[in-house]
Amino acid sequence: MKAPAFSYMRAESVEHALELLSRHGDAAKILSGGQSLLPALNLRLAAPAILIDIGRLDELRGIDLRDNVVTIGALTRHVDLLASEEILSSLPLLRQAAAHVAHPAIRNRGTIGGNLAHADPASEFPACMLALDARMVIRREDGERRVDARDFFRGIYETALEPCELLVAIEIPRPQSGSRTYFHEFVRRSGDYAMTGLAALAHLDGAQFADLRLSYFAIGDRPYLARATSHLVGVAITGERIAEAQAALDAELDPPDDQQASAAMRRHFARLLLSRCVANVLERPELAMEAVT
Amino acid sequence: MSRSDQTEGLTALDRPNSYIGQSVPRPNLDRLLQGRGQYVSDLVLPRMVHVAFVRSPRAHARIAAIDTEAAKAMPGVVAVVTGRELAAVVTPWVGVLAHLKGLKSAPQHAMAIDRVCWQGEAVVAVLASSRALAEDAVEAVEVSYEELPAVTDMRSALDPATPVIHPDLGDNLAFERNHDAGAVDAAFAEADEVVEAEFVFGRHTGVTLEPRAVVADWNVGERRLTIYQGTQAPHMVQNIAAKHLDLAEQQVRVVCKDVGGSFGIKVHIYADEMATYGLAKLLRRPVKFVADRVESFNTDIHARDHICKGRIAVNRNGSIKAFEIDDLTGIGPYSMYPRTSAIEANQVVNLVGGQYTTPNYRARARVVFQNKNVTCQYRAVGHPIACSVTEGLVDLAARRIGMDPVQIRRLNLIGDDAYPCASPTGLRFEALSHHASLQKLLQMMDYEALRAEQARLRRRGIHRGIGLASFIEVTNPGAAFYGVGGARISSQDGVTVRLDAAGSVTCYTSITEQGQGSEAITAQIVASGLGVSIDRVRVVLGDTDATPYGGGTWASRAAGIGGEAALQSAKTLRGNILQVAAAILQARPADLDISDNAVVDPSSGERKIELSELARIVFFRPDTLPPGLQPEMVATRHFVPRQYGFAFTNGIQASWLEVDTATGFISLLDHWVVEDCGTVINPQLVDEQVRGGVVQGLGAALFEHCIYDERGQLTNANMADYLVPMAAEMPDIAVGHVVTPTKESELGAKGAGEAGTAGAAAAVANAVNDALSPFGVTITEIPLTPRVILSALGRA
Repeated sequence: MKAPAFSYMRAESVEHALELLSRHGDAAKILSGGQSLLPALNLRLAAPAILIDIGRLDELRGIDLRDNVVTIGALTRHVDLLASEEILSSLPLLRQAAAHVAHPAIRNRGTIGGNLAHADPASEFPACMLALDARMVIRREDGERRVDARDFFRGIYETALEPCELLVAIEIPRPQSGSRTYFHEFVRRSGDYAMTGLAALAHLDGAQFADLRLSYFAIGDRPYLARATSHLVGVAITGERIAEAQAALDAELDPPDDQQASAAMRRHFARLLLSRCVANVLERPELAMEAVT
Repeated sequence: MSRSDQTEGLTALDRPNSYIGQSVPRPNLDRLLQGRGQYVSDLVLPRMVHVAFVRSPRAHARIAAIDTEAAKAMPGVVAVVTGRELAAVVTPWVGVLAHLKGLKSAPQHAMAIDRVCWQGEAVVAVLASSRALAEDAVEAVEVSYEELPAVTDMRSALDPATPVIHPDLGDNLAFERNHDAGAVDAAFAEADEVVEAEFVFGRHTGVTLEPRAVVADWNVGERRLTIYQGTQAPHMVQNIAAKHLDLAEQQVRVVCKDVGGSFGIKVHIYADEMATYGLAKLLRRPVKFVADRVESFNTDIHARDHICKGRIAVNRNGSIKAFEIDDLTGIGPYSMYPRTSAIEANQVVNLVGGQYTTPNYRARARVVFQNKNVTCQYRAVGHPIACSVTEGLVDLAARRIGMDPVQIRRLNLIGDDAYPCASPTGLRFEALSHHASLQKLLQMMDYEALRAEQARLRRRGIHRGIGLASFIEVTNPGAAFYGVGGARISSQDGVTVRLDAAGSVTCYTSITEQGQGSEAITAQIVASGLGVSIDRVRVVLGDTDATPYGGGTWASRAAGIGGEAALQSAKTLRGNILQVAAAILQARPADLDISDNAVVDPSSGERKIELSELARIVFFRPDTLPPGLQPEMVATRHFVPRQYGFAFTNGIQASWLEVDTATGFISLLDHWVVEDCGTVINPQLVDEQVRGGVVQGLGAALFEHCIYDERGQLTNANMADYLVPMAAEMPDIAVGHVVTPTKESELGAKGAGEAGTAGAAAAVANAVNDALSPFGVTITEIPLTPRVILSALGRA
């Protein structure tokens, strides 16, 4: 478990990093926190010729709230999200999720940008981005573009990033006041990859949902925003409504079967997360007990 | 249990300033915590090269061709060696023991020659100036394989249609044992109820913090091989290395300094370690092998992997009339060397029902070959299986007759006043304390209150369960374990204690330390036996050139056997010292004692002469001593129990947990253990050993599983997919003691290292079934994953 030989270059600025990316293209990999890349190198699952270390680019670090948009620098570490007052007050969902990302040692080094660019389908943050309708700020030598979260995640470890591009920040619209969030994942052990998880954002209109975004992870090759919520928006929520939504959810999912969970278990967990989420957000615990099968 | 209870009647304790029974901090703790441990993984020798192995990607295949040319040309590569080339310096072995009648296995080479028999078997060794360069060159070695059918399902391994892995052996049956005691058929025929179940135990492994590590150094000038290795049994390694490298034993020195965990993983002779010794001899330079995590999962011995059918006969009054089991286990393609892979099944036969009074017991165990990694002895060998089967059946019987699990145990556990006695398999028990242990456990957990809480919560749809598991445990093994079978594995241990010139003490022991506190308890015993403060005692272990000959640390034997040798050697040296002191002081030895580093008058406590002063006279002014007195400031004593084959211990565990019936997740809420290891030398070390053992048992119960596919591929050989138990999921573990010292030694200590693992999974499984009893569901399979629970509940 030793990494194959590679060249190492430390970017001195974003421009420098982009120049190196442009020059080396596919042969290069960006190194930020290294929490996914280094194990992959040591297991020889990846063998890039060049690592471009962006770890010292302080300009990519930090959390900024302006005009109801929270901008998170790509090098912001998971631990920073957990400790941030802005995140707590503006994006509690991210804080909830960050507590479930691996273990403290990994959260101390892992970065949000690295996590999103890695696009592990069992990871928590991509699902949060989808729930929060985030935009990825992507730079290349000749410019900058923004990609919505729903277009950014393309498959297992696949994103909209081109080889010459760098994810520099994430822009997240601050949810309107009064919105509710829910986060839960089924894991064998604390810190493990989820068997199925849900990051949710809800807007309430009295006792009804004005909007409900249920973003599932570890349920397919990328985070998935459930369409079944249409059964729950603008209606009085009853056990029957939840059962309808669960049935619709079941019809739209095509979860994988693996060692930790069968496809049937994932469907079961997804339905369960729906009812538990609705019950939690509406503060009606009795709804969680119903219609789970 | 108070200190005085634990150590009552202990001769050594009657001495002033005894450390026995005290939680003395481990002397090696500062060194290890400051990162100054001396692990083989860190060792660097001049001219040392690193070996990485090309390992078979297939479970069973013929090796058609090997091309090493490209690898040999890679940067930093010193040599590329095939199995055939290595066979010139390392002879093959067969892992059998004479007392396991009928056990067979095939010759195993240090590296595969014509054929690979499991995924992960070493095929080619690449030696380079660094491990990374060696791994680069491994990728350049080309091996052509012709795939052979893999035997992976133990249930069909003996079918006539299944290919025979080693045709010379005739079939895939490595070992079979049958035992029949009492009147089993009559008992089952006459009993009011018969309950049966099939228990399935997943294959798992011991995950050590430091992987297996060896540096082998062949010194041509001395014609001597020095092996630095993290092992539990240095003298065994010495013997085996010499035997298969055509050396005399004195030509091999084994050095074992700090070891990062063992759990039985490091008590075996691994093919790749033997290859490393041979490569050092072949290349005439030091060779280092440190297994990486993937290699460890593929080659460190696995354990368990049993399917055990069990039956119990019970009367409605709660009287258990008979047990019957039929155990099947798959051990990989070879029986492991030199302790063999039949021991676990053999132990299952030995132990089932051993805590109960019924004399009627029938057992069959079959051990079959398969194309997976080898299995062998891992912490609590066979005990978790025997305990889970026995205690699972007892709970099923209790449920069938509507009796509380505590009551059926009270009625059937061997009485505390029944000793000495023997089990239906002929195991002799000196003295056990099942009922006292049960009673203490019930107090600790407040059983009645817990049952009331369970009932209260169940009305609210919350499903909690209580599971009990009593057990017996083999410790302090004598020659009956291996010696009688012809293995040169010492069951005796020796300790040398030496008074040095400044009045301090150096102690050499043949037991070893892998993190459990062997150094600490040895220092405690020597300091107490001699009468010196513990900071004056330095313990040296793990060097076949320096320590007395002995077995090492495994099978819960180090404290009981090595500890007694330490006590007796310290007492002998004390006698020697008092003889000299008497001459100096013109007194009688019997009127003197040693306490707090000085020779004292025992009645007044008056310090007569400091040990440092006595040592000064002995070593530098012997001319002042009376003529004819020859001081002997070194004493050596050895010990092995011979009256009983094993010092059996006993204990009982309880689990309190909650099952989320919607998700299949289990939350462990509390865990209690009462165990009886005789004299408790260091309560903190014993309690932590028990807790660590429980955690490993809980890992087996809920998480740990080596998952092979039907082609013999290990599919989860990494720390993300192989789930070891971690702190967040662990319950508090309360540990209590009942103390029944063995009378075979003055120290009275029995083993404690495996008790936790022996019963933890059984307690959890029984608790899960208790929690799920309203659903009419019984689960007899571990690990108890959410998938297993949901399937049983019909939800996935």
